[in-house]
Amino acid sequence: MKCDLCERDATVREVTVRNGVRVERHLCERHAAEAGIKVTASQPAPGVPTPGGAGTQVRSSACPTCRTTFAEFKQHGLLGCAACYQFFEKQLAPLLERAHDGLSQHRGKAPARGGRPTPADSAVAEVEARSDLLKRLKSELERAVKAEQYERAAQVRDEIRRLCEGTEGQGEGCTGR
Amino acid sequence: MASEGPGRPPNQGEPVPEWLKAEGEACDVVLSTRVRLARNLREVPFAAKANKDQRRLSLDLCRDQLLIAGISPRIAWQELHEAAGVQRALLVERHVISKQLSKGRVGGAGVGGVDDPRGVAYSLPDERVAIMVNEEDHLRIQVIRSGLSLSQAWQQANDIDDRMEAGLAYAYSERFGYLTCCPTNVGTGLRMSAMLHLPALRLTGDIEKVKRAAGDMNLAVRGFYGEGSDAVGDLFQISNQTTLGRSEAAILESLEAQILPRVIEYERLARRDLVAKRRTMLEDHVWRAFGVLSNARFMTTEEAMQSLSLLRLGALLGVLPATPALDLRAINLLLLLIQPAHLQRAVGQELDQEQRRMARATLLRDRVRC
Ligand SMILES: [Zn+2]
Ligand SMILES: [Zn+2]
Repeated sequence: MKCDLCERDATVREVTVRNGVRVERHLCERHAAEAGIKVTASQPAPGVPTPGGAGTQVRSSACPTCRTTFAEFKQHGLLGCAACYQFFEKQLAPLLERAHDGLSQHRGKAPARGGRPTPADSAVAEVEARSDLLKRLKSELERAVKAEQYERAAQVRDEIRRLCEGTEGQGEGCTGR
Repeated sequence: MASEGPGRPPNQGEPVPEWLKAEGEACDVVLSTRVRLARNLREVPFAAKANKDQRRLSLDLCRDQLLIAGISPRIAWQELHEAAGVQRALLVERHVISKQLSKGRVGGAGVGGVDDPRGVAYSLPDERVAIMVNEEDHLRIQVIRSGLSLSQAWQQANDIDDRMEAGLAYAYSERFGYLTCCPTNVGTGLRMSAMLHLPALRLTGDIEKVKRAAGDMNLAVRGFYGEGSDAVGDLFQISNQTTLGRSEAAILESLEAQILPRVIEYERLARRDLVAKRRTMLEDHVWRAFGVLSNARFMTTEEAMQSLSLLRLGALLGVLPATPALDLRAINLLLLLIQPAHLQRAVGQELDQEQRRMARATLLRDRVRC
């Protein structure tokens, strides 16, 4: 039996009755400790590799921001960055629901900014977004030239030129003109 | 600034940390209440994934904001990668930092180490506020109050959170709330807890019932030093277990208005019962503990804490004479002074286990008298 929250073996089974409904949780040592459940000596030691775990490996894509894979998360139960929550939202929601007594929609305080970026953040983000786009366009241009799609290549070159206009002085890498 | 911290030798002027002051509502049962908020920066990877440069970055961003945010009139800032092991151990024993922050290792991910960039800011002289930077989350805001005082602790933590957020972009989503490294903290990022002294419930054997009931109400019961620690000295921490989907107000209401008053009343009933029906047994337990504390030559931490628990009960129930040496705050403070790092600070040198046991017994013989 796997831990409800990660890929390790569940060493603790906790059964509680809430509102007349039986709730059963299976947790590994780490997550049981986090949840305040005491692990007694008779239960298996932590860190024992999951038998057969290798065979069930899922080919998973990585968080675009921090490169954490879902398999990695399942292995140690920790996420890599804020973007992980968005990227793995579908897989995370049922796990969070189990860990939080059936609930998975936040209620309560929100940051005054509502998580919106500070002016400094948006300036950084803008520059980053532009350089990302530029990189993508350049590789597309390369591909189009290689495939001898000259019409497409001309379109992409125009796009690159447009992107680089108005960014004089910071148009680092704008060699597309 | 850091030199103002817990570095001075113990004497009559030993600063009593907030959580041992024996003040406030229900302080006969509730040693302290604590509110902790977990927060992360949106633009920096979490601890499990951050490299050293990124950890340096989150440390700098949080520290700069901490020092201008007006969190407390006097505040100490300690960079823990530069602190000596004994200094870190003192802060752990004083409940200013966690064991994990002391070690600098991030749990399951197995990253980090003792020289990893991390720090703590804490208010002086009461150590009521402590803000850990680069623990499992970029920020862990903690406010401790003596006695049952969750609302005030929450108000203060909430205010500090606002002040920090004024200069930092937090990781937050509408769906999952405040985003944390471990998903068991996501949502409000809020952990509210009370440190309860329940010796009478142990003596009457009803403590297991309380633990089971707490489990059924989705509360966690932990020991004196948190996660995975034993309930030595009859000290138990009760806290909310889930953080997602229930508002701060709901968590506060259920603990402060419903659950904790019931546990407090249960312990008080057991105490009255001991006085009324089992006075001799009570006196026997208390005076034996007094005998051990004022005569032993070697003492483990566990035995000391167990005996101090009974001494505290005896002082509260009028079994012991009301003298300054046996007042509640003096006994509370002993719970801290017998811990290994505090003992070593008192004698001014490193001690091995046997020497510590001797130093502990000596300190107790000196302080526990009628
Ligand atoms: Zn787990
Ligand atoms: Zn990520």
